[in-house]
Amino acid sequence: MIDITGLTKDFGGAPVLNGIDLQIAEGERVVVIGPSGTGKSTLLRCLNFLDVPQEGVIRIGDVTVDAAKARKADILALRRRTAMVFQNYALFANKTAKENIMEALVTVQKRPKAEAEERALAVLAETGLADKADSFPAALSGGQQQRVGIGRAMALGAELMLFDEPTSALDPEWVGEVLDLMRAVAERKQTMLIVTHEMQFAREIADRVIFMDGGKIVESGAPSEIFGAPKDARLQKFLKRVEG
Amino acid sequence: MRALDLDYMLGLVPVILGYVPLTLFMAVAGMVFALILASLLAVERVVKVPVLDWFVIVFISFFRGTPLLVQLFLFYFGLPQVLSFLTNISGVTAAIMGLTLHFAAYMAESIRAAIMGVDRSQWEAAQSIGMTQGQMMWRIILPQAARIAAPTLVNYFIDMIKGTSLAFTLGVTEMMGAAQKEAAGSFLYFEAYLVVAMIYWVIVEALSQVQKRLETYLNKAFVR
Repeated sequence: MIDITGLTKDFGGAPVLNGIDLQIAEGERVVVIGPSGTGKSTLLRCLNFLDVPQEGVIRIGDVTVDAAKARKADILALRRRTAMVFQNYALFANKTAKENIMEALVTVQKRPKAEAEERALAVLAETGLADKADSFPAALSGGQQQRVGIGRAMALGAELMLFDEPTSALDPEWVGEVLDLMRAVAERKQTMLIVTHEMQFAREIADRVIFMDGGKIVESGAPSEIFGAPKDARLQKFLKRVEG
Repeated sequence: MRALDLDYMLGLVPVILGYVPLTLFMAVAGMVFALILASLLAVERVVKVPVLDWFVIVFISFFRGTPLLVQLFLFYFGLPQVLSFLTNISGVTAAIMGLTLHFAAYMAESIRAAIMGVDRSQWEAAQSIGMTQGQMMWRIILPQAARIAAPTLVNYFIDMIKGTSLAFTLGVTEMMGAAQKEAAGSFLYFEAYLVVAMIYWVIVEALSQVQKRLETYLNKAFVR
């Protein structure tokens, strides 16, 4: 169970998140949509403190952190209950595909190396990249890199997976394989919070869609409601624009 | 004008070569200590520990802002007058200390720049998986910074090898000191110093070959 209340963030006085309240049930897949610059990515990045929120309480499983008085240990605890997939993949450039997945298992989770390696190879097989285990990121296509990125996040067994526009930086030819892998992750009842511009994908995969504008959650509901019967004028306008 | 005394030079080569191990010892020891110290200084400059940061800034400023020769004299002739436990400091020890501190100050700046040159995404990915700052630095950031800093650091190492010749001024008989003594007997100064120059040149050239291999090794993750 994830419970976010009153999350507030501003960048040098410019408000980006204006008091976000959001509950996510275990196994729920929530997709965040909205115009650029409305704080969607910032919302995700505040949940693992890559961006530091000014106020608000974040609860993920048994960890509760009050942003106003978060300490180092709190932040590490939150990060260890989440896993993030980045827009630009952000694979460790000095490590092979396999080592990218093993890194957190060995260094952070302190698992034996052999066990971590076994897990990494299993995850690579699931992502369809078993033959790329020893390749460095620079030798992989964008689609392959992002699949490793998702694999790295999957391997953590985190309570919440965060996807920050995982297909936005990809050449169109690689988008399909990445979305397919995300579908496979979703089928395992993994709790997911996804920021994406892929509306068709959102419609198909989401249990709930959230529309954000101006640092607020404007409308929230099942995909059928959000895409079929949008209430707020801003959402209607946004959908008209992105769906043509 | 007179002809070079080639026989004298050839005879001198093995004599001077006998001091190469001492030169390399001072340079390698200085480099190892300087690298460790410079990495610590650089990480501090990036992380900025309150108060400590101020000391690091002053340290780097002083050791970059004063000549190596002056620093060596300070360590060897000056400090023992103030700190009695240094009374018996050897010239070699003082030289290694001076080289370490002097070059650490320079190298800290290039390592700091290299750390800042590691892509933002690498830091964020390391943070997102819950690494501590130390784990992130040691396992992700410094290995990548090493690749960026390598060419500059090898240059400093070359400079340090040549810098060991200043140990001569502390009474250490290294390559330069040995040549000086030989020449004082034969009066063939040109020949003696030419032999020293050639030997330094060959050492540095050999190192350039090592540098190529090192860079290939550090680049292996980045080849498409």
